[in-house]
Amino acid sequence: MSLLECKHLSKRFGNTMALQDVNLTLPRGRIIGLLGKNGAGKTTLIKLMNDLLTPTGGTVLFEGAPLGAESKQAIAYLPERTYLERSMTVAQTLRYFATFYTSFDQEKAQRLLADLDLREDARISTLSKGMQEKLQLVLVMSRKAKLYILDEPLGGVDPATRDYILDTILQNFAEDASVLLSTHLIADIERILDDVILIDKGQIAEEASADELRTREGCAIDDYFRRRFKC
Amino acid sequence: MNFQFDNERPIYLQVVDTLRRSIVSKQFLPGERLPSVRDLALQAKVNPNTMQKALSELESAGLIFTERTSGKFVTRDEAAIAEARRSLANEVARRYLHEMEGLGFSAEAAADYLTEEADK
Repeated sequence: MSLLECKHLSKRFGNTMALQDVNLTLPRGRIIGLLGKNGAGKTTLIKLMNDLLTPTGGTVLFEGAPLGAESKQAIAYLPERTYLERSMTVAQTLRYFATFYTSFDQEKAQRLLADLDLREDARISTLSKGMQEKLQLVLVMSRKAKLYILDEPLGGVDPATRDYILDTILQNFAEDASVLLSTHLIADIERILDDVILIDKGQIAEEASADELRTREGCAIDDYFRRRFKC
Repeated sequence: MNFQFDNERPIYLQVVDTLRRSIVSKQFLPGERLPSVRDLALQAKVNPNTMQKALSELESAGLIFTERTSGKFVTRDEAAIAEARRSLANEVARRYLHEMEGLGFSAEAAADYLTEEADK
């Protein structure tokens, strides 16, 4: 049974078709890049997979069953925007996550935060934007999930933080779990990808193994993407 | 080991290359046990699946072997290592000749130039 499956998935906002007849299967144990230009439908697709939007048509199945409480425990989602409560301290945030998610490994999160020199009594509102992003990533990667869905994890951070984020993803995703990550910063991330899904104008334009795509096109995925979706 | 990648070529082939070099240069000794797939992947900062694929490639080339319960080891077959060294040297030589050709050297002139440099 596949991990997650989208069947004829569509989403309309008013007169705009944000997604159109998307058919997609996510396998286990892979790191998959969801690549597309701004407005291509990446975030809409991700929100549908997390049951945060209702599809206009089609379905999403997680391990063969409709989305619900079980899929939400099994999918660790990093949204594009920060959602942490600014008045809480880091320690309070950790406890909050531990209460919310049974599979949250608080010791692991504390270990990762110690590496960041992040004090647990610090309030979220006093943290820099980069530090908030790192904290949020640590929280998500400390869940023992079957699927990690990361929406633009590299958005707006400096190159050193980017390396930290990529390393944290590689070191912490549970074995046999899959990672789906969306980005338009392809060059920074393509080294760690098994597979790529290219999305354009609300439709899947291509699905391929990253190395096969490089071999076929004789260039980096970033170059291929720029050529194919030139404005 | 120094893993450096360009994004133009399949990553697993570049991993194969780096590991082959570290076996040939005896950074990994014949018969030495390799770190686990996951540890190697972390060192190289690549996906474990990519590392696994690279190791399978080295295994079919006879440079490493798997012992069912205890992990992967560098071959003790010195002939296989010598062969890998020759093949890497061949790549370096071809690259040299190709670049020199671009500078207007014939193969013979390029060889002479190299001998001169080596004698300095």
